[in-house]
Amino acid sequence: MTTDQQVLHDLMTSGPGLHPDDQLRARLVAGADRAGLLDVAYRTVDSPVGPLLLAATPAGVVRIAFGGEDHDAVLGVLADRISPRILRAPGRLDDAARQLDEYFAGTRRHFDIAVDLRLAHGFRRRVLDHLRSITYGTTESYSTVAAASGSPAAVRAVGSACATNPVPLVVPCHRVVRSDGTIGQYLGGVEAKRALLALEAA
Amino acid sequence: MDEHGAVVLRVVRALLGPADAADAWSETFLAALEAYPRLRPGSNVRGWLVTIAHRKAIDHLRAASRAPLPTDHLPERPSVVGIGADSDPELWEALAALPFKQRAAVAHHHLAGLPYAEVGALIDSSEAAARRSAADGLSSLRKTYRRGKAS
Repeated sequence: MTTDQQVLHDLMTSGPGLHPDDQLRARLVAGADRAGLLDVAYRTVDSPVGPLLLAATPAGVVRIAFGGEDHDAVLGVLADRISPRILRAPGRLDDAARQLDEYFAGTRRHFDIAVDLRLAHGFRRRVLDHLRSITYGTTESYSTVAAASGSPAAVRAVGSACATNPVPLVVPCHRVVRSDGTIGQYLGGVEAKRALLALEAA
Repeated sequence: MDEHGAVVLRVVRALLGPADAADAWSETFLAALEAYPRLRPGSNVRGWLVTIAHRKAIDHLRAASRAPLPTDHLPERPSVVGIGADSDPELWEALAALPFKQRAAVAHHHLAGLPYAEVGALIDSSEAAARRSAADGLSSLRKTYRRGKAS
């Protein structure tokens, strides 16, 4: 005897194409890309400092989030502040993912990635622009960064600029440490900052 | 989008069969991406997506009825079920044999979880008529599908 429940169960579970698979999603991404409807692409990658969420606009990488941040919440903020046209589209971030892999493997000292800093404004933006010039394996103090960004007194504001850096790792806020030589805080956790500085010192 | 992808796929599979579902699914989400910035905050996203999927499925059925059939392999009987490598063809044939309103009512209420009032709006019926369509659809599925299985 076939019951309604059995019929419905079979409708829900029978046959191919039950869930949108990678192929179907890739097709949607390609179609959206062609139609100019993919404003934010994202993917996640594993790293020695935990899972990272990478997001990019057509202009470049716009957000990198550590595992400690709620990735769904981060995507929600991107939807509000940039565009709700967000899709998981690994292809657009393959290059960034590969460069991050190489960085963590110790074989890359400089990122060659377009960065979209539209989420940072004013002084914070100037701080981030300066951070990009701090080279691999070196550090600067918060007060040095403040002076270099045009406001020597704005040491605390440099701290908040680092804490709200939308693109950590690629914009190396982990290279900013306290004047007394202690490590200072980090968006991805102090342990992660210590690991990154150790990696770069090796 | 991740959240509703599976629901939309279930709906278009039921309306069109597994073979055409992938196309309709992609078209639904492309149209949704296009229109998403105009969606009012707080809207019922699933209901909105199912509405788009419903229209895309109708477009597919219209296009299929206009398309000339290839004369070298005419099907034994007309069916909107595509030539899908499918583990359970009887089910999809039984579904395809239902009147469209019944199929849509079963899909939208039982597979997508829309309330009958919303189902009715989609199929130009009252809430009560939508409820009846879903019940009738399910009841004939139960009969034809069982018969298909037994044969």
